[in-house]
Amino acid sequence: MNYGRTRFVTGFLAIPVALYVIYVIAPYAQAFYIAFTNWRGVSADPQFVGLENFRRLLDDDVFWKAVGHNLILLILMPVLTIGIALLFAFLLNSGGRGGTGGVWGSKFYRVVFFFPQVLAVVVVAVLFQQVFRPDRSGMLNAPLIALGFEPVGFLSDTDVALWALLGVLVWQAVGFYVVLFSAGISSIPRDMFEAASIDGAGGAQLFFRITLPLLWDTIQVGWVYLGIAALDVFAVVWVMTAEHGGPDSSTTVMAAEIYRNAFQYFRFGYASAMGVVLFFFTIGFAALALRLSRRERIEF
Amino acid sequence: MTPTAETMISRSRAYARQERRRRLGPLSALTHVALLVWTVLVVVPILWTFLASVKSEDEIFGDAWSLPVSLRLDNWARAWEQAHVGQYMINSIVVVGAGTFGTMLFGSMAAYVLARYRFRGNRAIYLLFVSGLAFPVYLALTPLFFVVQNMGAVPVIGRFIGLNSHGGLVLVYIAYSLPFTVFFLAAFFRTLPGAVAEAAFVDGASHTRVFFQIMLPMARPGIISVTIFNVLGQWNQYQLPLVLLPADKEKWVLTQGIADISTAAGYDADWSALFAALSMAILPMLIVYTIFQSQIQKGLTAGALK
Repeated sequence: MNYGRTRFVTGFLAIPVALYVIYVIAPYAQAFYIAFTNWRGVSADPQFVGLENFRRLLDDDVFWKAVGHNLILLILMPVLTIGIALLFAFLLNSGGRGGTGGVWGSKFYRVVFFFPQVLAVVVVAVLFQQVFRPDRSGMLNAPLIALGFEPVGFLSDTDVALWALLGVLVWQAVGFYVVLFSAGISSIPRDMFEAASIDGAGGAQLFFRITLPLLWDTIQVGWVYLGIAALDVFAVVWVMTAEHGGPDSSTTVMAAEIYRNAFQYFRFGYASAMGVVLFFFTIGFAALALRLSRRERIEF
Repeated sequence: MTPTAETMISRSRAYARQERRRRLGPLSALTHVALLVWTVLVVVPILWTFLASVKSEDEIFGDAWSLPVSLRLDNWARAWEQAHVGQYMINSIVVVGAGTFGTMLFGSMAAYVLARYRFRGNRAIYLLFVSGLAFPVYLALTPLFFVVQNMGAVPVIGRFIGLNSHGGLVLVYIAYSLPFTVFFLAAFFRTLPGAVAEAAFVDGASHTRVFFQIMLPMARPGIISVTIFNVLGQWNQYQLPLVLLPADKEKWVLTQGIADISTAAGYDADWSALFAALSMAILPMLIVYTIFQSQIQKGLTAGALK
């Protein structure tokens, strides 16, 4: 069976590895170099400027605003999404047989809650841009105006815009985590809930003493996913907001600043320096998240 | 187990059930209220979009909650033809189809070899692929643009894989989908039993044949999961087409087209066509999802938990 083994291994790996090295590894490696140059795309050979780009970044207010917004999203998007999703996953799985059967219609809810997940982020962004319209043609402002309130500038008020975007992100993400957590809950043996029930545990106790600890691994995975997604937010900001991150930079994020600097201002070196910062945020977050949430693993 | 023990267990189970139901009595109503509220939050914006897609311009600028007087189906025709949504959708289908096919073909080949063959450098190549899971794509954006631009200068095939070409975008999609695909499928191939393959080798089958005719079919559940993951991921892409298909509207994918109609609507305002275009982007996804929902949910959950 060893006949042609080496040729087979090489043949099967050649194309995938080549594609991966050309389009993924090489660009990442180059990005770290470009971050230390003043390359603006016009000159053929970029000059090495050391840490100059990073020094400039320190004084770049817009970039720090972007970092701040990413950090707000990094904390709130997972907390809200996981909180809401856990609540619904628990409700969906509580009512019925012995704590894991599911309430009446749970299958229907699971299918509907998942809807937003299959829509492209851009589609969701354009949809909510219309939902948020500032006059009575906007879905949310129409009832406000009808009741005699001032319309809310969901996307034009600098104090509100970021929260509106956060709402959209959570709206889209919740369904997936409901399904994920439901799958986790239904794999917990029924006996555990029954035993606890007999011993007199109530709904809240079942949740905090059994469901939550046994679901911890899944929650941790969700937390890392959502955190990385929060650091990568782009389309929602770029498509929905005025001036792609406005008004007045009140909603901009790191990814938008990287794209703007690279492909609108042609500051390739500077944009790559931002990319390096984002890279360390991402790696740092993932490492921290996995470390902080490490616990004794419960086998069942 | 003795009959008495069995009866006792089933009795205590029944008791626990009753107990829980008794306690959850009022809660159960609240449960449905909470679940229905979220259902409304999910469904209403989508239905509202469909409704607006058959409204006239005046109706759209009027009260958001009013019903259309007559169904303006011509909005849909305008969006499909004049706003090029039809063209964008075909482009998306072509790019995502080719991208997913390539990803699955090359990804499963690499994963299979890395999972089931021992050779020097195996671990290094595997880690090289998996490390890609941790990198934010925005870091690579600038150099990637120039890599693809340079590909355009390759003789003969350059125009099919350079900037503003679907081929170029497909290759980039494949490359960026490989880390997850290889990671997931390698884990999957490792769990498959080797006996069937051994038997085939004894019968004189080649390595390639064993892969395509035995191992790949055995790995079907895993393959389906990853395919769903990649189709949704690539269909969703906005950032990469934005960078790699900058000019030439004819070649744009659906996400670019929708975003553009939304921006342009600010100036020359064909609002009804915008809503029709949105509906067209939403409807097929919802239909396909509703048909395959259990598989899609299972596939994506399996993907997340690996």
